[in-house]
Parts: sequence; C-alpha cells; structure tokens
Amino acid sequence: MPKDFGIGASSKRREDVRFLTGKGRYTDDINLQGQLHGYFVRSEVAHGMLKRVATEAAAAMPGVHRVFTAADLESAGGLPCGWQITDRFGNPMHEPKHPVLAEGKVRHVGEPIAFVVADTVEQARDAAEAVEVEIEDLPPVLDMKAAVSGDGPLVHDEVPANLCFDWGFVEDNRDAVDEAIRNAPHVTTLELVNNRLVANPMEPRVAIADFDASTGDHTLYLTSQNPHLIRLLMGAFVLGIPEHKLRVVAPDVGGAFGSKIFLYNEEVACMFASIQLRRPVKWASTRSEAFVSDKHGRDHVTKIELALDDDGTFLALRTDTLANLGAYLSTIGSVTPTYLHGTLMAGNYKTPLIYVNVRTVFTNTVPVDAYRGAGRPEATYQLERVIDKAARELGIDPIELRRRNFVQPEDFPYATPVAVEYDTGDYGAVLDKLIEIADLAGFEARRKQSEANGLLRGLGVNTYIEACGIAPSNLVGQLGARAGFYDSATVRVNATGGLVVMAGTKAHGQGHETTFAQVVAEMIGIDETMIEVVQGDTAHTPMGMGSSGSRSIAVGGSAVVRATEKIINKAKKIAAHLMEAAEADVDLADGTFTVAGTDKTVAWGDVCLAAYVPHNYPLEDLEPGLEETAFYDPANFTFPAGAYACEVEIDPETGKVRIDRFAAADDFGNVINPMIVEGQVHGGIAQGIGQALLENCAYDENGQLISASYMDYAMPRASDLPMYVVDHSCQTPCTHNPLGVKGCGEAGAIGSPPAVVNAVLDALNSGGHKVDHIDMPVSPSRVWQAMQG
Amino acid sequence: MYDFQFARPTSLDEAVKALSAEDAQALGGGQTLIPTLKQRLAAPEVLVSLTGIRELRFVRRDGDTLRVGGTATHGMVAREAAAEFPGLAGMAVRIGDPAVRNRGTIGGSLANNDPSACYPAAVLAANATVVTNSREIAADEFFDGMFTTALDEGEIITEVRFPIPERANYQKFEQPASHFALVGVMVAKHADGVRVGVTGASEDGVFRWTEAEDALSGNYAPEAVDGLTVSADGMIGDLHGTPEYRAHLVKVLTKRAVAAS
Ligand SMILES: Cc1cc2nc3c(=O)[nH]c(=O)nc-3n(C[C@H](O)[C@H](O)[C@H](O)COP(=O)(O)OP(=O)(O)OC[C@H]3O[C@@H](n4cnc5c(N)ncnc54)[C@H](O)[C@@H]3O)c2cc1C
Repeated sequence: MPKDFGIGASSKRREDVRFLTGKGRYTDDINLQGQLHGYFVRSEVAHGMLKRVATEAAAAMPGVHRVFTAADLESAGGLPCGWQITDRFGNPMHEPKHPVLAEGKVRHVGEPIAFVVADTVEQARDAAEAVEVEIEDLPPVLDMKAAVSGDGPLVHDEVPANLCFDWGFVEDNRDAVDEAIRNAPHVTTLELVNNRLVANPMEPRVAIADFDASTGDHTLYLTSQNPHLIRLLMGAFVLGIPEHKLRVVAPDVGGAFGSKIFLYNEEVACMFASIQLRRPVKWASTRSEAFVSDKHGRDHVTKIELALDDDGTFLALRTDTLANLGAYLSTIGSVTPTYLHGTLMAGNYKTPLIYVNVRTVFTNTVPVDAYRGAGRPEATYQLERVIDKAARELGIDPIELRRRNFVQPEDFPYATPVAVEYDTGDYGAVLDKLIEIADLAGFEARRKQSEANGLLRGLGVNTYIEACGIAPSNLVGQLGARAGFYDSATVRVNATGGLVVMAGTKAHGQGHETTFAQVVAEMIGIDETMIEVVQGDTAHTPMGMGSSGSRSIAVGGSAVVRATEKIINKAKKIAAHLMEAAEADVDLADGTFTVAGTDKTVAWGDVCLAAYVPHNYPLEDLEPGLEETAFYDPANFTFPAGAYACEVEIDPETGKVRIDRFAAADDFGNVINPMIVEGQVHGGIAQGIGQALLENCAYDENGQLISASYMDYAMPRASDLPMYVVDHSCQTPCTHNPLGVKGCGEAGAIGSPPAVVNAVLDALNSGGHKVDHIDMPVSPSRVWQAMQG
Repeated sequence: MYDFQFARPTSLDEAVKALSAEDAQALGGGQTLIPTLKQRLAAPEVLVSLTGIRELRFVRRDGDTLRVGGTATHGMVAREAAAEFPGLAGMAVRIGDPAVRNRGTIGGSLANNDPSACYPAAVLAANATVVTNSREIAADEFFDGMFTTALDEGEIITEVRFPIPERANYQKFEQPASHFALVGVMVAKHADGVRVGVTGASEDGVFRWTEAEDALSGNYAPEAVDGLTVSADGMIGDLHGTPEYRAHLVKVLTKRAVAAS
C-alpha cells in the first residue's frame, strides 16, 4: 500500500498550485516604489583594448539618472572565486581580476562595459545605444589547444599560456598509472569533446537592489539558488556591506540548473547603482542577454586511456583534459572541472590506478561554471564511452565488461584511487533492474523490426555514479574551498501546534516545500498541512549554502531532521512534565505523547500550547517556547548510482536519430517523495538527451556566439523525447545521514548522454559502419558524415 | 523596440497610401517582423498592419486555381486547402507551431523570403503567380536571392494564385533548433511537366532543381532521380549541416516527395 503522507508518499507538490495557476511570485513580479531600470552596454567583440567609453551624450538623454563605467566602480572589488585550486606543482591557481564592468580590456562578447540607469527600460536602452565605446580589436583566444601552446594571444596578460592551473589527481599516482598503461596488454584510447551548453532556465535572471539611506539597509531581490552565499560574496568581498545590513531575497525561482548559483556582475552593478542613486534599481535579463551573460556549462576536450587485461579487467585509467574557464574565473569555475570531475573517474568500477590531469584554460568566451551535474557528467561521459569502445575492441559484451569490473556489495565502504570513499551501493542489482525494465531481452526482435523498416537500431547501456550531498566542510577546506558546505534549518513551532521550517537551502523548482514538510510530518506524526516551509530570504532563514549539487535533501534535509529532533526532545520534556512522568518513558507517535506502561496521553498541540502559555511548565529547568535550529555538516558525500539504457533508430538516408526507448534504474537510497524523484529524473534525462543530440553552444572564429538564440540553439522539445521508464526500487540507504538519502537532482543529466551516444554508435556499427566516435551533439549532419566514412 | 506609429487600414487603397509614407512598413502576422523590432534591428516610422483588410483574407478555389489572399494565415491554408491542394496544406501545417500558424501570413512569408522558409518552395514548384496591388509576378521572377524579392518599396502582396497540380508533396527536414527547413523540397506534377522547388539549401535562396524536373517529367518515380547528383557548390554550410549534407538531402527529400505525392 503506498503511503499517503510522510516519507515515501507521493504527496502532490503544494507549490504547483501557485506555479500552475500563474500565482508564482518571481523576482520580475516585484516592483518597488520609485524603482529605476538598468540596461547594460555589452561588448560586441570577443577581445580588445577598451580605448574609450564616452557616456556624456547618454547621460543627457531623457530619463537617464546615471551611466556607470569601471571608473565609477573603483571602490568595488572584483568578483571572487570560491575555491582555490593548487596545481600539481604546489602553486596556487592564477586569479586574474574579474571586474564588475570591463576594465581596460574586453574579454568576451557580452561582457558588461557600462550600466545605464533610467526611469524606464526603454529609456535606459535608448541611452545605452548612445554610449560611445571604442575598442581596438585583439585576436581572440578560442581554441583551447592553441590557447595553451604558449605563443598565441593572452586573455589576461598576467596568465602565461592562458593556463589558470595544471591539476593532477591524484598526483602521487601519476608514475604508477603511466607504468601500468605502458605494460598493459590492451589500451583503449578515445578523444572526445564534452560540448559547451547554455543552461536556459525558463526564467531569465533578474535583480532588484534597494538601498534605504534612512536605515542603511541594503536589500537585494534576486533569482538565486543560494541567497546566503550571494550575501557573503557581495557583502564581504565586493561591496564591503556588513552582512547584518544586507538582506538577499530569492522569491520563486523558475529553474536554474546551476546558472543561478553564481555571483554575477549585474546584481553587483544594481546594488552599487542603488547605493549611489538612493533609489531601487532593477535589471531583468532578456533571453538574448542570457545567452551571452549566464555562465555556460561543460566544454571539455579530453583524451582518455583505459588499460585492460585480456579478460577485460580494468588495470588503469588516465585522462588528459583541457577545461574551458571562459574569460574569467566564475564563483565555482575552478572546482567544477577538477574535484567535481576527477573524484568520479572511478565510476562504478574497481580500477586500481587512476590519474586525472586537467588543465584549465582562459578563452575569450562567456565564463564557464557548474551546470546540472557539474563535472560529473563530464566524468561519466568519458568513462562510459571508453568502456564501450574497449568492449568493441576486445569483443566482449559491453554490459558484461562493466559487470566484471563492478565494485561488489561486499567491497563497501570502498575507497577509490581518486580520494573518495563510496559508503554503499549494489551496482549489479541496479543493472539487473535496468535489464528488466528496459526489456533488453526484446532488443534483438526490435532490431529486426527496425531493419525491416529500413532503419538502424542501436542500444546503449551504461552506469554512472555521482557524488552529491556536498560537502564535508573540513575535507573541502583542505582542498581549497573558501566556504563551508553545511546546511541549516530552524523549526519554529507555533502555540497551536503548526510549525514553520526555515531552510538554508533554496528550491528553484524541485519541490522542497513539499518534501521537507513530509519529513517533519513523518517525524512528529502530524498532518503535512500543519507545516510551512520558508526559504530563500536571508532575513528569515539560518545561514545555509543553498541548493546545488543535489545537496538539498542530503544536507539540508538532514538539518531539518536534526532541528526536528531537538524540537521533539524538548517537547518530550514538556510532555513528561504535563503527564508527571519520567522523560525517558515518554514516546511520541502519530502526534500523541504517551508514557510507557500507562494510558496517559497528551496531544502534540497541548504540548505546543504549554510551551508558549507556560502556566503549568517546568520554568526552572526549561525555557518556554519551541524553536530550534540545527546546522548539519555531512560526514561524507553521498553516492547515487544507476544504470541507463537508450535505444535509438537511425534513418540511414538522413542520419536522423530518433530515441525510441529510454530506461533509467537509479539507486537514490531512501526516497521521500517518489513522484518528485521521478520528475527530477525525467527532467535530467531531457537535459542529457538535449546535450547528446541537440544542444550546441558554438563560437565562430571571431569569438561571436553563433548559437545565441533559439533559432540556432536547439533545446529539447517534447517531440524529441520518448516516454521514459524509470525505477528507483533498488535502494541502498546512505550510511551516514539520518534519512539514508542520496540526492536525485542531477542523475538524469549525468547518466544519459553516454547511453544516447553509445546507442547511436551501436546502431551505426550494426549497419556495417565502423564508427568509433561522434562528438555531441549527435546531429543528423554529423551522423551522416560519419556514415560516409 | 523603437517607437513607431501604428496604422490599421481596412481597405487596400488606404494601406497603399499609408505605405507611401517615409519609412513605412507593412505588418502581416508579425511573426518575423515583431522579433526583429524587439531586437531593434529595424526602425520603421509607421507600421501598417494589413490584417484589418477583410478582402485580403481568403482561401478559395477558382477553376483549376487555388487563390490565397495575401493575409491568409498558414493555419487557414492548412485547413482550407486540405481538400483542394493537399500538397500545399501539408506544407502549411508544418510551419512553426499553432501560434505561429494562426498569425503568420503567406504574404509575410513570401515578402520576407527567408532562405529556410517553406512557402517559397511551394510557390516555385506550383508555378504560382504573386499578385500585388500593382501587378502580377510569375514565381520564377519573384525570388531574388536570400531575403530579396521583386517587390518594390510599399508594394503589397494581395493574393497568390496556385495552379493546382495533379500531384504534389512537400518534404521538410527540420533544422533541429528553429524547426525551419534545413532543407525543404516541394515536388509538383503538372499536366505539362514536373517542377521541383528547393528551400533551405542554397546560398542563393529558393531554387528549382531543373535536372530533377526533367528526369521526373519523363518518369514520375523516385528512381528517376537516382542517377542525378546535386552539387555542394553554393550550398549553405552552418552549425546544422555542411554544404555536402544539404546537397545530399535535396536528393533524398525529392525522392520522398515523389513517393509521397
Ligand atoms: C517560432 C517560429 C517558427 C517558424 N517556423 C517556420 C517554418 O517552419 N517555416 C516557415 O516557412 N516559416 C516559419 N516561421 C516564419 C513564419 O512563417 C512567418 O509568419 C513568416 O515568415 C512571416 O509572415 P508574417 O505574416 O508573420 O510577416 P511579418 O512578420 O508581419 O512581416 C514579414 C515581412 O514581410 C512584409 N510583409 C508582410 N505582409 C506583407 C504583404 N502582404 N505584402 C508585402 N509585404 C508584406 C513585412 O513588411 C516584413 O518585411 C516561423 C516563425 C516563428 C516565429
């Protein structure tokens, strides 16, 4: 019997009532009294010396209050990077300044140069056209291999060969891995590109900054996944505003996928302008601006080598990656291609020796940072692609090859050679489940049917692992993180028994209002409707690191549990007093306190009332009130894992790929709300298929973004996607957090691209085309080209 | 957008007059022009909406000719030509999405002559006549390379007359992002021969594949074009396909159109 409330119930998403009826309140729905509007003058060239920015004519235009340039922002710092990487020689990474408005040079198309503030957006835009910008073009740095060659132009004069850092992981393994690969009976090599993507959340970014000179309070309304992080970065590092005078509010957020983690130029400019002008200043991104100013994702070029013995046992793995940082180091741009990527290279396998080399490169492109999966899709893609290639070379069934190398249930906890310890898992069970739900037994018959229709059918099966629940603060501190990665919750019980959970995390579509309420409802045994979840406002929530890296339930949810436990402990003391019993004998179930061995009871609501109307209360031993806060710092990452299968049909005349079937078996540990979890997997797979088949963020040789609108940037549409079969019944609960949960937000985007590409290659090979590799997106044109030999 | 004046005449004469003003521009369904204005890539002084002119909004059969009014929407053509000229209706029903089809017009599409638009291929293959407020222009004279046509400044497309072919079919291979035609081929079999209109492929815009026309006029079967090759010279190469790929698609789609017609 499926549960109808609490943990394990598919409770309907309470937030959807407002989202689906047009009642959501997004940042752009907020308009403040006396608000001004900003518009950015952006660079139209990729690389050049900024010779002159003349603002006089613009400043004199109707409605214009001020035109800001870098010269005005001298007091402001650059945008900080939150994670310092140490290179493989022990040196800190290069951190060139990331100015709010371009200083001296422009480094990518779309970089903000001036900020015009006027009474209306149209006036600001008119005036922006009157700002005279003189740029002396420099040759752009675009191709990563050329960029690091050492004899081309430099994005930042102080960064030789455009190399931010050269990272080796684990550096001590380097020689042993080289040796093992040299001596291996078989080495499979693959060079591939992990294509650059644009996140494209449905809601573009918006900021409204409001400085109140009468109180000295600064308020920022922002499309953000992590308002506390923004407050810390903007306040302490850029504008010097003390945190108690800076409030960041993220109302409803319409999707983000990572792109709303970062501190951006635009919100800093709004706050700076508001302080100067003493009026609220609003900026709302257009979709065109989003393409050239939202942080991009992925963009790796990798050579991967897998050494195997004759029976297919993995002996060693070596990767050499160039990772594009774009023009500046973004907030977590340094950790995304390193620790979030290198630590996953073991996958689900017992490869004894692994060495990952990543060189991060500055180029004249939009900065690159975390996008759904952030480093983990890049890891999974390389690994699962090279395994398929090895299987083909050795003539071993690709599923069997994977199975032979799995970490086995009895191996947990399993320490990988890339510095992480998997707490639990059962990869064989998940694979078996996949084989069942994907009906792989029927594949050959389906292939025959496709062939009869003149189409090529292929199957791609892969596994994935990811590290979620980011992150143990002491560990990441040693690795260079400049912040802690705990999360927090306050539970405030009201006198009549209802309660508010104030969370440090911030959902941007994932349904935390529902999920967190389910957790608390389960623990206390009260109705979910008695629980309200508040998030996204630094004034009303404890300091937390927000929602990213599939961390909200594993870290934020654990904080909710801890805070609720504190509440229950105190409530038991009160109940013991009311029932004149020993605290140790008091139990709570279904919202009622009982005393073991007696028929005494007291209801949850009566205890709450006693806490706030303490007429009969142990005031000498216990404070009145019922409100507790917990901060939770995880002991380890969590390791969701799964197995995915994709079946495609290719039209051999046109090269068009159609995904016919897609199945996903995931182990997320315990699941709070199965419906929400399935929704997350569906969305993730859509994005993974988007990357594999459609999405291509491309620059031309001048550094102009070619795919700068939906005319050329192909987002997945419903008609591009099959019906999915998903399953999460294989559950090995996380061993180190109170809910036994692992996180599910990114899995779909991580596990699906290799399944799609491997399926395409399988289809082509079945048709006699000896094709080892096609880069994503696997467009009809590329498939056709590959078939031409 | 920049500021502009807006006129919505109800007769053709008024529209012609309004369009004679300095920097006046016609507005059809706005599916191309409005996004252009929003991006500030055009700055007309006056926008003259044609959609208030009742007499330009029709689809009707007149003997062997299908007459489509200049502001007939793609949706109207998809519905109202389905029985008379299914090849044309089948093309119209795959333009954009329902919102685009319910606003976008045949006049706007032809005047714009986007190299990836669908209508130009149909007009060429059907050997239609483009009628304006001042003259009649044969299909072969109308298109003049990407985004250029024989229309004069302020000239309004009032009607398009399609001789109804014996058989016709449009095959569209969608560009993955825009869903415009990466390549689109309309084949029309007339009593006096076959015409093949190709869109999306050439840097010179829509064109007739005359070798295929000759071959198909002799033998109206997909195999008739087997021996032909399309040169990649002058074909569009972009993010979505090389010139060779487009040239290849022209042939594949021509055969499919013949088979499906
Ligand atoms: C999302 C989307 C998808 C689309 N997909 C496709 C597709 O798959 N295939 C396709 O072919 N098209 C597609 N289009 C384009 C669509 O068909 C447009 O409707 C068409 O290109 C322009 O027609 P309109 O009536 O909207 O013209 P407008 O945008 O109003 O005008 C376009 C131009 O034509 C001029 N003009 C308009 N009417 C006349 C007239 N009667 N006489 C003279 N000049 C005139 C205008 O001055 C302007 O220069 C798509 C558009 C969108 C927005």
